[in-house]
Amino acid sequence: MKKLKVLLVDDEQEFVETLADRLAIRDLQTSTAHNGQEALSAVEKDEPDVIVLDLKMPGLHGIDVLRRLKQAYPNVEVIILTGHGSQKDEEAARGLGAFDYLNKPADLETLVSQIRRAFKQRLQTLEKMSMAVAFAEAGEFDTAKKIMEQQNKKGD
Amino acid sequence: MPSKLYALSTSLYTLRSMEIRSPNKTMAVSGGKRSVGGELRSRYRRLWIYSVFFTAFVSLTPLGIMTWVNYTQYRKTLVAETDHLISRIASNSQRFIDGFLEERRAALSYVANRESYEDLCDQGKLSRIFLNMNESFGGLVDLGVIDADGGQRSYVGPYELKGKNYKDQDWFHEVCIRGIYVSDVFTGFRNVPHFVIAVRRDSGSHGELYVIRAAIDTEVLRRHVASLELRAASDAFLINHKGILQTPSRHKGGILDPCPIATPPFSPKTQVVETATTDGEPRILGYAYIPQSPFIFVVLKRPEDILQGWLRLRNEILWLFGVSVVLILAVVLASSTFLVNRIREAGRRRDEALHSIEYTNKLASIGRMAAVVAHEINNPLAVINENAGLLQDLIVVKKEPPEEDRLLRIAGAIRGSVERCSTITHRLLGFAKRMEPLTERISLGPLVEEVLGFHRKEAEYRSVSIQLAAPADLPIIESDRGQLQQVFLNILGNAFAAVDDGGRIDIGLRREDENTVALTIRDNGCGIPAEDIDRIFEPFFSTKGDYGTGLGLSITLGIVEKLGGTIEVQSEVGQGTSFTVRLPVTRRI
Repeated sequence: MKKLKVLLVDDEQEFVETLADRLAIRDLQTSTAHNGQEALSAVEKDEPDVIVLDLKMPGLHGIDVLRRLKQAYPNVEVIILTGHGSQKDEEAARGLGAFDYLNKPADLETLVSQIRRAFKQRLQTLEKMSMAVAFAEAGEFDTAKKIMEQQNKKGD
Repeated sequence: MPSKLYALSTSLYTLRSMEIRSPNKTMAVSGGKRSVGGELRSRYRRLWIYSVFFTAFVSLTPLGIMTWVNYTQYRKTLVAETDHLISRIASNSQRFIDGFLEERRAALSYVANRESYEDLCDQGKLSRIFLNMNESFGGLVDLGVIDADGGQRSYVGPYELKGKNYKDQDWFHEVCIRGIYVSDVFTGFRNVPHFVIAVRRDSGSHGELYVIRAAIDTEVLRRHVASLELRAASDAFLINHKGILQTPSRHKGGILDPCPIATPPFSPKTQVVETATTDGEPRILGYAYIPQSPFIFVVLKRPEDILQGWLRLRNEILWLFGVSVVLILAVVLASSTFLVNRIREAGRRRDEALHSIEYTNKLASIGRMAAVVAHEINNPLAVINENAGLLQDLIVVKKEPPEEDRLLRIAGAIRGSVERCSTITHRLLGFAKRMEPLTERISLGPLVEEVLGFHRKEAEYRSVSIQLAAPADLPIIESDRGQLQQVFLNILGNAFAAVDDGGRIDIGLRREDENTVALTIRDNGCGIPAEDIDRIFEPFFSTKGDYGTGLGLSITLGIVEKLGGTIEVQSEVGQGTSFTVRLPVTRRI
């Protein structure tokens, strides 16, 4: 089985490093970024499966990072983890397709289970997409279309 | 999230300030200590005075004008009427006396025409004629005939005049020239006052003239005057042109005494004038010159008697006026007091409402501040959480004791985070402690730095550059630290709200003069439109929508004024805004 790749994005260096250590103990492959810009370039280099994203950071705000990520990599799952969250931020994040929205300090087990669930969803999505591709290659465009539509519906 | 930090600053100063600026206070940004209560009281008092004066003026002026018009009109009418009355008495008397004299003249002329000169010179015949005439007309004292040379030819009467010659006497000349003569009154024999009528007669064909002369008792005239039925205080009499009484005055002297008033000037018609007696008492004088005689008829009335009706009416008018004035004033005073009280009451209710809104606002601010603080603390808490969790992980998951280095690093991270938390809580406590107004010696530079501490994080997140320029020789000022923090927090909060990410905020401190330091906070944000700039210090004026209470700058101005300072604003849309707070070095309380 492919090892789950997680990118942790937070300007709080101490936090992000410790979290990475703990996730590594739980058999996750982690990398870190300390602001939005770093995160975007890290994704460009090596697309992770799940991103854990803070909102309030110097430079790019987490919501903007999320928007750009979802535009460029719609299949990357993003979990927001923030200490400054408001109802409004949560709505915005979910509207942009965040997988979940967690408040700091969060229980690690919750976070890990959400990361795994997000990964599972990503796998399903990828599977369906490859299925659709296969159907399309076989000339079954209608079925391919249906699968894609189903997928898009989920995304909404 | 700039709004959160802004909310924190808003909450902090709102918490501390009970003062709220009422909206009717002008936006004067000048400071200085003011007693708001006293000012209010005097304003209501002024309002009351204006109201009383204006309504009283508006209602009393027409009343006054009406009363004055009525007064003068009535007076004119009544005076004209009494003048007319006096004039009539004088005219009637003039006619009567004139008629009386004319009758005597006519009688004498008749006798002269009827009797021959010779008969008239006959003592016996003259005596008969005298008796006849007295029977017909009465009042004759004597009768005599004088020839052209002035010699008394015949005489009937109480005096011994026969043989007397009048040739050199004035009256004789006059009667010779004018044909008639009426003398002044004089008392002769037996002290009976009488006057003389003499008529010239040109006798027959000879062309010689003679004079018939009769003395007439003034009793008839006196009786006439008595018949006028004048009031006790009034007087009527005859005088001659020299001002000698020809009939007795009721009050001022008997016959032949000088008249109590100056002789009135000649007038062919009856006249009524106001005059005074020689004693200086005012009198209404009616007089008429009696033609072809030395007499003037005079009627005198006391003004108060003839004006009695007028005086009564005048009193009534004045009473009515007085009572109306008192009533109107009472109504005006009562209604003004009532109105002003209502306005004062409304003002008080509005202030109460403002206070309750402020209180609600304060509660909301506490809530917001709590949220902001919680968020600020969440980050270090998360670090502590993760480190503690890692420690657990190392022991539980890896089943082996972690190496010392790692343990120390974890402990350090935890302590560092606790440090951060306590910085936040201490800063908060620092604010909370200084709720009471104080006068402390404050160095503005460090104070501004401290306030900036609240905004550092936000500035970092939003890449807002903050420059603080504080000269080293800035004087230490006397002021209230907590309140100044509120002021700077609020203005800084506004600046942060105004600038875009990556914007710039410059803070400058400088000494302006001997007793003034100025702090300028300039941003390059969106600016304030010209139409809003006059309103930014009004309570409840806000451009922040849901975020703003609209009380921030209103409260800030209140604080600065309380501290004896001023606030100045300059702004240009798109260029930025600069707030300058001027504070006294020495606090004047």
